[in-house]
Amino acid sequence: MIRFQQVTKIYESANKTVKAVNNITFQVEEGQICVFLGPSGCGKTTLLRMVNRLIPITSGTIEVNGKEIHSLDPIALRRSIGYVIQQTGLFPNMTIEENICVVPNLLGWDRVKMKKRYNELMEMMGLNPDEYRKRYPWELSGGQQQRIGVARALAADPPVMLMDEPFGALDPIIRERIQNEFLRIQKDVKKTILFVSHDLDEAIKLGDTIALFRSGELMQHGTPDEILSQPKNEFVAEFVGSERALKRLSLFTMRDLVSRLNPADRKSAGKRDLRHTVHMDTNLRTALSVLLSSPTGEAAVVDDNGQISGVVSIADFERLTGIHPSERTSAVQ
Amino acid sequence: MEVILFLQDNWREMLQLTWEHLQLVGLAVGVAILTGVPFGIYIAQRESLANLVMAVAGIIMTIPSIALFGIMIPILSLIGQGIGFLPAFLALVLYSQLPIIRNTYIAIKNVNPEMRDAAIGMGMTAWERLTKVEIPLALPVIMAGVRTAVVLTIGIGAIAAYIGAGGLGEYIARGISTSYTTMVQAGALAVSILALAIDFLLGRIQKRLSSQTAKTS
Repeated sequence: MIRFQQVTKIYESANKTVKAVNNITFQVEEGQICVFLGPSGCGKTTLLRMVNRLIPITSGTIEVNGKEIHSLDPIALRRSIGYVIQQTGLFPNMTIEENICVVPNLLGWDRVKMKKRYNELMEMMGLNPDEYRKRYPWELSGGQQQRIGVARALAADPPVMLMDEPFGALDPIIRERIQNEFLRIQKDVKKTILFVSHDLDEAIKLGDTIALFRSGELMQHGTPDEILSQPKNEFVAEFVGSERALKRLSLFTMRDLVSRLNPADRKSAGKRDLRHTVHMDTNLRTALSVLLSSPTGEAAVVDDNGQISGVVSIADFERLTGIHPSERTSAVQ
Repeated sequence: MEVILFLQDNWREMLQLTWEHLQLVGLAVGVAILTGVPFGIYIAQRESLANLVMAVAGIIMTIPSIALFGIMIPILSLIGQGIGFLPAFLALVLYSQLPIIRNTYIAIKNVNPEMRDAAIGMGMTAWERLTKVEIPLALPVIMAGVRTAVVLTIGIGAIAAYIGAGGLGEYIARGISTSYTTMVQAGALAVSILALAIDFLLGRIQKRLSSQTAKTS
């Protein structure tokens, strides 16, 4: 768990003082991803970098797993926190194996243990350990480098990870794939993660919670659904934009919708035109797009066994009003 | 033509002088690396000191070599080493300082700030950061400084013959004083070839170092 209490950062220069981070209090539960979101200069990166003491705090306290960070040695603190930066920050003078084993090496692990950990991590990332062991970062694609960057942060199995726009420099297709892999890995490792992003879609997709900042102040901290459906103020509403209802749909899957339909309303497949189909695990934003492209406004729902289990129409979407994310029956992949 | 005949007759002596020359330059640059590189790294952490050090090193560079040898003579005479190897060696060490200190300083300063950030963020101490990340990344540029220093001192080393330090400058000095043009030409040619050859060799080493570290993307 990470707890911020009245955290403030003031930069003083000759003629003015700037409050980069102003009196921020909130907490991130263990095993959750909290995305720091906001326009550039809103203080999100400053706040992140205060957690591993790259930036000194002006006032307030930050606790990581119950320990106030200033009671710890900064070197030991940083070694116990995974750190991923934009453009990966891989060291070009080191091979992939050396890069991944940087922190284990600093911690003085023995060779056998490091090698085992390297193999483990590479397999987790879906990369062949032996193929990359002796290669250098510049020989890898951007997406592969980013995977290595994440693997490196996980190397010493830290309970907490800080990620500063790690996927920002990737093209949209690769970014989406890596986001999916990242979520899959997180399901196993369950780290407490602070993740800086300026991309709302990324925040909705990855965040268990989103903390939205503006000029050093915390505007709202809540689940993606809360941010989208109950924006606290003008700024949040404007930031999430007029598409927020659509974006919100991507938080739910067809399974959520079907489970909410009255059995009486359920239409059987019958003799309908069933060229348009959606899978149970499709998110509702995509499903809506399928329905809109169907001439009848209807589509068949396919279950895990590939069987058609029913038919949905655009009208069924009204069932979703007022649905709360805690009532979700399934997680969006 | 005459130069070739001269070399045919004197190649043994020529090799001997080349060896002396290399010893003088090698030792001087070796010591300059051992002092200049740590110094360059040190001033990269202390910005206020950097300008002063660069200025002093720059001033030393502007002293004509023949004058510097002249200054060395009375000072080192106090310990009975007024002429010969020691004053030449010291002068060459001083001349090597500027390219080596400057390149080291610039190389360390120019290490990608993201690399530094990653190194600190992952929990490296200042020493670990320096030895595992900054110095390896700075190596090609430091090497370029060493290369400049070597070529520079091979040239200046030729003048050291005037204070009895030996080396290929012998031919030039002796040739001038006896008006024997061929001897001067042979000495000059040998110094040039030596400088080019060593520069080429160090260039290869520098290239090898860069190919591992410079490609960051």
